[in-house]
Amino acid sequence: MATTLTCIICPNGCQLTVDDDLNVTGNKCLRGVEYGKQEVTDPRRTVTSTVKIASKQLRVCPVKTNVAIPKNMIFKVMEIVNQTSIVPPVYIGEVIVKDIAGTGADLVSTREVLD
Amino acid sequence: MGAMKDVIIIGAGAIGCFVARYLSAYRLKTLVIEREPDVGDGTSKANSAIVHSGDDPVPGTKKARFNVEGNRMFPQLCEELDVEFEQVGSMNVALDEKQREKLFVLEERAKQNGVPTKMLTGEEVLAMEPNINKCVTGALLCPTAGVVNPFELTAHAMENALDNGVELVLRESVVSISKKDGHFLVKTNKNEYEAEVVVNCAGLFAEEIAKMVEPIDWYIRPRKGEYYVLDHFGKGFVNHVLFPLPSEKGKGILVTMTSAWNYLVGPSSEFVDDKEDMSTDSPTLADVKAQALNMVPSIPFNQQIRIFAGCRATPSTGDFIIEPAKSEPKFINVAGIESPGLVSSPAIGRYVADELVAPILKAKKKDNWNPRIKPYVHPLKMDIEERKAFVKDHPEYGAIICNCEQVSIGEINDVLSRSLPATTIRAVRKRTRAGFGKCQGGFCQSQVLWLIAKATGKSPMEIEYEHEGSIILERESK
Amino acid sequence: MERRDLVIIGGGSAGLSAAVAAYDKGVKDILILERIAFLGGILNQCIHNGFGLHEFNEELTGPEFLTRFVKQVEERHIDYKLNAFVTDISKDKVVTYSSAEDGVTQIQAKAIIMAAGCYERNAGAIGIPGDRPSGVVTAGQAQLFLNDYGYMVGKRVFILGSGDIGLIMARRMTLEGAKVLGVAELMPYSNGLNRNIQQCLKDFDIPLYLSHTVTKTIGRSRLEAIEISEVDSSFRPIKGTEKRFEVDTLLLSVGLIPNNGLLDNLGIPQSRSRGSVVNQKMETEIEGIFSCGNVLHVHDLVDYVVAEGRVAGEAAAEYIEGKLKKSDSLILTEAGEGVGYVVPGRIELTDEDEKITFKFRVRKPMKNVYIVFSLNGIPFKKIYKQAIIPSEMEIVNIPRNLLVSNQGKIVVSTEPKEVK
Repeated sequence: MATTLTCIICPNGCQLTVDDDLNVTGNKCLRGVEYGKQEVTDPRRTVTSTVKIASKQLRVCPVKTNVAIPKNMIFKVMEIVNQTSIVPPVYIGEVIVKDIAGTGADLVSTREVLD
Repeated sequence: MGAMKDVIIIGAGAIGCFVARYLSAYRLKTLVIEREPDVGDGTSKANSAIVHSGDDPVPGTKKARFNVEGNRMFPQLCEELDVEFEQVGSMNVALDEKQREKLFVLEERAKQNGVPTKMLTGEEVLAMEPNINKCVTGALLCPTAGVVNPFELTAHAMENALDNGVELVLRESVVSISKKDGHFLVKTNKNEYEAEVVVNCAGLFAEEIAKMVEPIDWYIRPRKGEYYVLDHFGKGFVNHVLFPLPSEKGKGILVTMTSAWNYLVGPSSEFVDDKEDMSTDSPTLADVKAQALNMVPSIPFNQQIRIFAGCRATPSTGDFIIEPAKSEPKFINVAGIESPGLVSSPAIGRYVADELVAPILKAKKKDNWNPRIKPYVHPLKMDIEERKAFVKDHPEYGAIICNCEQVSIGEINDVLSRSLPATTIRAVRKRTRAGFGKCQGGFCQSQVLWLIAKATGKSPMEIEYEHEGSIILERESK
Repeated sequence: MERRDLVIIGGGSAGLSAAVAAYDKGVKDILILERIAFLGGILNQCIHNGFGLHEFNEELTGPEFLTRFVKQVEERHIDYKLNAFVTDISKDKVVTYSSAEDGVTQIQAKAIIMAAGCYERNAGAIGIPGDRPSGVVTAGQAQLFLNDYGYMVGKRVFILGSGDIGLIMARRMTLEGAKVLGVAELMPYSNGLNRNIQQCLKDFDIPLYLSHTVTKTIGRSRLEAIEISEVDSSFRPIKGTEKRFEVDTLLLSVGLIPNNGLLDNLGIPQSRSRGSVVNQKMETEIEGIFSCGNVLHVHDLVDYVVAEGRVAGEAAAEYIEGKLKKSDSLILTEAGEGVGYVVPGRIELTDEDEKITFKFRVRKPMKNVYIVFSLNGIPFKKIYKQAIIPSEMEIVNIPRNLLVSNQGKIVVSTEPKEVK
């Protein structure tokens, strides 16, 4: 079954159609082909959220998955994010949960919180 | 709080607050019951905030009497209660020859009411109000009219009453009134109180309260008015309160500065069924805009920062109702206080206290009544050297958190710790203007919320915006 | 009175990059005045990723992006004050700020850079009909509560306006457990980036109602429901198209407005962007007062804010050192057909200008159009665009030699490409 989606690469916003054999049509440039194939075969997203932190100045500390995770794992990852709490100091890029939900991605801090 | 009171005042709008203030001069135990989390939260907060001169009411009516008396009280009153008030004067503006003739009717009425006026020609009006419609043919200038901060007026009157020993309960609605051993038993949704005298200042709901005591032959019909609030876009866009000529529907769509020198346009006038209907609607506001532009064609509506609506408590009798119930001389109705209610409120409060309540109770005045409240500090109104010195000694007043109206933590903490403390976001906004500006709290609301939580010892999730239950934060995310 | 070479109002992306650029040009005596308790401005609460593709060639979250600039400021030991609110600036460049720590302080600056960002249009400004309960919140405020403070503003949410902050918040609130019932957009097209439509709405099956607006808010205390209606081509609600949603929260993502009161108070002319009119060096008509970032015009990408801050910072440094060339040239710019605003609003050419950078936004999405630049009525540059949308800011560099006169008026407009 063919899938239709809007290309997000540039303002053109081409309406792409990707068929079962991964042929992409509707694209005005080659970047659309790549995007269309990826979205249909293995859509991935970076998850950004916060975790609880025992800090004097903040209740929560922002975090992200250091690489994009499969789209269908977003809520699984969020379940773990919601159960995680940390204590300062924490530095940007510091790993908070390794291989979160078995996605291969690490959950890392995106803010420095010293106390 | 002892159960037996001398007086219970139901409702803490402008009327209830001023009845309380003037009763606080007597050696009486007075209790005020208000259903909202703050005072002045009904009609008193959503009106034109005009201190009318008294040129408009029909001579001989209570409206005429209390308007003119109230107007004369304002300069001293606002000084005592530290309320923003500017006696800018008003103009009834005629835009054609026929309207100009009607100005003379108004002039005559003003004369009978004892209100000073001056008749202006079209050229004179244009010289004073360059933005007015060029076809202006004349205006009746009433120099004693002014604009007041209506939020400060009610809150400071109540604060003054509380400082002088009056008690206030908020968030309680009166559900029944009965007689017990010759005095009144007032039941609320939470408590019971007893008093010898009850004063009904329940505004839009004065009818419902009055009916708890006896059948009545009058009613209150809510008459909604919708307004635009514009930003401070420069002092002097208009220099007076500008009225069109009054009609049967009221004083018409006015264009005015507020006491804080932003601008207000409105109100519409429409009877509604629901006394709590404070909703706005686009066709009505479009009509308000069109009428206002007819009088002042260059109003910059792109400076709009808020729209709001309020309901006037219009009485079926056509005049203020200020009298004891027919069967209960110790139950006093103060009802139907529609426009010019705000300007009349101090005079009504004083009359009710001095002429109606005090004689019943044969009350004596206190020797130590203080008509003043502790002044509020506004660093931005100080000159720079004075401000530097003050903030040096009071660092909290240097910490400005409201971007648009430049209000400091010091000013907010002050209103959180007075005898009448603000406990909601709206209450802080009304007292300090934090959140009243162009961003409407976008920058400061979170800060105000934490300050209220800290001052009240409550969780941030319990802090309300305005009415009971109007919380802002639903839960902790983690 | 304290004296400083350069005072920068605002410690967000524009202000920080301006500070670094001015410092690197040789001006060391700099003070950044920041209103809140952190440097970095709005990026503190933008914890999503997508920042920095132009600046660092990688995708960063807001806090990561801002931290890089804070480090640059700290490495250079550039002075800054936090919780310092500027109440006033004067034409002769006296900056008055107020803070608990320093009290009320006046500083005589040689140059000032305004970088105070923007604020959100809100329910009051757009006048949503109906009641005024709690639960009607700007998207940015909900973002602040959620990302900085860790509080949710509601559990059943509708969003008015398809601006990017609203879309980002649709995803954020969904991830954190709220139910987002839909997004209504007054225009027949979305105002957000395609990427956000896909990844914030479609990923979570959140419907987007184009040509719809909220026609009623219902609830005395907390919001209980809203009503949306379809609008006609003049944006008037169509009777009979009302839909009701039981929600406790209405987020507003209906535009950003430059927070430019301090410069407006000086009487500096305002551009259609609602920021001040500046020249190509980001200098206002008052010599030595510059403006950059979202206080000048609302940008789509922070990378461009940073670049603009740099231009302002370098120009301010040149001004302070007396090297900013004076010019007898004056070309005013104007947004023509299809264009919302143009920055710079004035061009004062000097022999050092090799190119002039124009930034503007179109008023509506267009396909197959030319962007036409004309000077004194004569077109001198035409750029073909397959597609162009209002949510993306256009940047066009015009070589100096294309400007045949150094006086007059440049109009930037769009023109449909004739189909043969």
